[in-house]
Amino acid sequence: MTTDAAKKKEDEDTYYVPAQSKWPIIATVGLFLTMVGAGMMMNSMSAKAPDATGHYVFFAGSLIMAYMLFGWFGDVIRESRSGLYSAQMDRSFRWGMGWFIFSEVMFFSAFFGALFFVRYFAVPWLGGEGDKGVSHILWPGFEAQWPLMTNPDPETFKGPAQLVNPWTLPLINTMLLVTSSITCTKAHHALIGNNRDATKTWLAVTLVLGFVFLVVQGYEYYHAYHELGLTLNSGIYGSTFFMLTGFHGAHVTLGAIMLLVMFIRIRRGHFTANNHFGFEAAAWYWHFVDVVWIGLFLFVYIL
Amino acid sequence: MSDHAIDHEHHGPAKGLMRWVLTTNHKDIGSMYMWFSFAMFLLGGSMAMVIRAELFQPGLQIVKPEFFNQMTTMHGLIMVFGAVMPAFVGLANWMIPMMIGAPDMALPRMNNWSFWILPFAFTLLISTLFMEGGGPNFGWTFYAPLSTDYAPPSTTFFVLSIHMMGVSSIMGAINVIATILNLRAPGMTLMKMPLFVWTWLITAYLLIAVMPVLAGAVTMVLMDIHFGTSFFNAGGGGDPVLFQHVFWFFGHPEVYIMILPAFGIISAIIPTFSRKPLFGYTSMVYAVASIAFLSFIVWAHHMFTVGIPLVGEVFFMYATMLIAVPTGVKVFNWVATMFKGSLTFETPMLFSIAFVVLFTIGGFSGLMLSIAPADFQYHDTYFVVAHFHYVLVPGAIFAIFAGVYYWLPKWTGHMYDTALSKVHFWMSFIGMNLTFFPMHFVGLAGMPRRIPDYNLQFADFNMVASIGGFMFGATQLLFLFIVIKCVKGGPKAEASPWEGAHGLEWVVPSPAPYHTFTTPPEVK
Repeated sequence: MTTDAAKKKEDEDTYYVPAQSKWPIIATVGLFLTMVGAGMMMNSMSAKAPDATGHYVFFAGSLIMAYMLFGWFGDVIRESRSGLYSAQMDRSFRWGMGWFIFSEVMFFSAFFGALFFVRYFAVPWLGGEGDKGVSHILWPGFEAQWPLMTNPDPETFKGPAQLVNPWTLPLINTMLLVTSSITCTKAHHALIGNNRDATKTWLAVTLVLGFVFLVVQGYEYYHAYHELGLTLNSGIYGSTFFMLTGFHGAHVTLGAIMLLVMFIRIRRGHFTANNHFGFEAAAWYWHFVDVVWIGLFLFVYIL
Repeated sequence: MSDHAIDHEHHGPAKGLMRWVLTTNHKDIGSMYMWFSFAMFLLGGSMAMVIRAELFQPGLQIVKPEFFNQMTTMHGLIMVFGAVMPAFVGLANWMIPMMIGAPDMALPRMNNWSFWILPFAFTLLISTLFMEGGGPNFGWTFYAPLSTDYAPPSTTFFVLSIHMMGVSSIMGAINVIATILNLRAPGMTLMKMPLFVWTWLITAYLLIAVMPVLAGAVTMVLMDIHFGTSFFNAGGGGDPVLFQHVFWFFGHPEVYIMILPAFGIISAIIPTFSRKPLFGYTSMVYAVASIAFLSFIVWAHHMFTVGIPLVGEVFFMYATMLIAVPTGVKVFNWVATMFKGSLTFETPMLFSIAFVVLFTIGGFSGLMLSIAPADFQYHDTYFVVAHFHYVLVPGAIFAIFAGVYYWLPKWTGHMYDTALSKVHFWMSFIGMNLTFFPMHFVGLAGMPRRIPDYNLQFADFNMVASIGGFMFGATQLLFLFIVIKCVKGGPKAEASPWEGAHGLEWVVPSPAPYHTFTTPPEVK
């Protein structure tokens, strides 16, 4: 074995443990300020006592978070490109991203679980079903139905006038996201096949589809608020509808930002046919938000 | 940064405060977790002292009921999220890489971030006590509508601090899984891993599965408070019971998160001081996995009296009782390990034996509580308080003490004061039993929990409990003294200070070098 080969062997055997890093503590300060600022904003909003301090704290925290993300990921990209990462390191990243996505699945499960519970238990009980029904004392005349158009207490929570028709905008959005999952996979296959121009094209198409999805979703919200009377305040249907689709939209935004970063990196010549986990992680995330959407389309819009 | 990072040379720790702020070393981070946990243990403990002082005699004595409610709430939150969980993460950081022959945790920078979020999150949580309207006062379980319609404004910050703790826990758990699955030394197959590693692997899965659900629960609380949703408001078609379902879907696995690593520590210590291999290793692994699985299908046993359908009561009652089977397997195996062993009673072993006996008592009172019709009598009484303190104090916390006394020579290179450590054990043992045993009786007789006053008939037992509580609390200052004394000096500890100890952590010198196993050892 030549010395070069021996050196290479040693590098592969040595797991890369970075020296000190300033990014975690910067991330902590950024997260802390973002949280404190958000809390101050919410409290002053609900107390109807306008106070701009929260905005500044939140903005400062967000800036620090953005700086941290650039810096931390920048370090990781530099280390990866200078060949410090072994195949073993690559597996650590894979486990990390995989279980992060699982934690996201569980976060959505909480809201899907809430949806199923109110639909199949809470609302029928409010309508007097079973021996636990008590609404006849509190709200005589309340009738259980799903989607819940008239709430038990319509004075406080005015029910929605109409619902979003699943076969219009939501169907278009379903097609957009499913197509974008396919184009994302096309981009991945092109990258594996060392066809970088095709990778760029397919990735750009994916990004445009994701962006159009978000625009359509924004328009749908506008429509719901201004024409259908469906809001966060219109009872449990509005609550579950906006929380599930809203968190999904936030995750689509995050996934699109990841893919955008990958697009920029590919344009700069990053990644090889067999070493591109950053791209794969973003693609995994994109497929995950697609699967969540299928669940939403089925259980929130259609059924 | 990157020039520095390319540096492949192995060096010792940096100097000064920034060593701790910027570190990526699993031992540094483990130590910080342990010290943070101990600080929170003292803080949460002093809140318990306020509670016991108020309950020393019947009638309102020292604090206002509003403040008493804040003390019970904060005591619970701080002990669960600030003391017990970080202590186990600290032990995981210190021990897992050494036990499996890894150079460090798999994702060292994220490891640092997981830790540093905690002091900031708890600063935010504790600061709520000083806000207008006071801190959270609805119990650590923050049931709606107490935490929504009737909550103080500081609840917003309570919710956000819980979010931060969740981020920390999830990243910590991901790191543990990646480390165990990817960084084991050649030859260290899954079924050769020490049980502490196994229990932590399963605990990490539980954390990743349920911390996001807690995040969902607090998010719904926040939305109900500020954005007019009606998740927990029946007037809008929601249901306060929904809160309890979401919370306990997190909450029940959470209590196993606080006990499974304890099982791992006890399974390391009992064989050492019995000078016998662990009895039934394989069954121990399967028992832990079964307990983890069952933890997901028993949550409504916390809600028997809230008004759930009969079929739910019956299902959750039997599912809960089923947990006694794998837990019984574990207790049997620990006892069988000691059977005909050459037992010696060093401090870690004393805490471990106390764990087996007292945790079993806590398990049996849990079995009583699992009986739905009987629970209608026990629910929200001091019997419940006695039950969960028996599984958490001589369970989780005694196991942490046992682990610290077992591995402290490895961490510091010094032997601690064994005589004082036995005083610590006996004072803790007596104090803890004096505190919590009488609570069974007053609970069965109907004394409700989370109330600052009580009927005269409970006076004697409450005074005994308070005296025991003060004794237990004061004793922990002795523990602090013992640890500091050991860090500062003491008799030199050998690589393996315990005669019957096995495992990779005892192969490296004491104190363990700053970097261990930069090239993986061969495990046969």
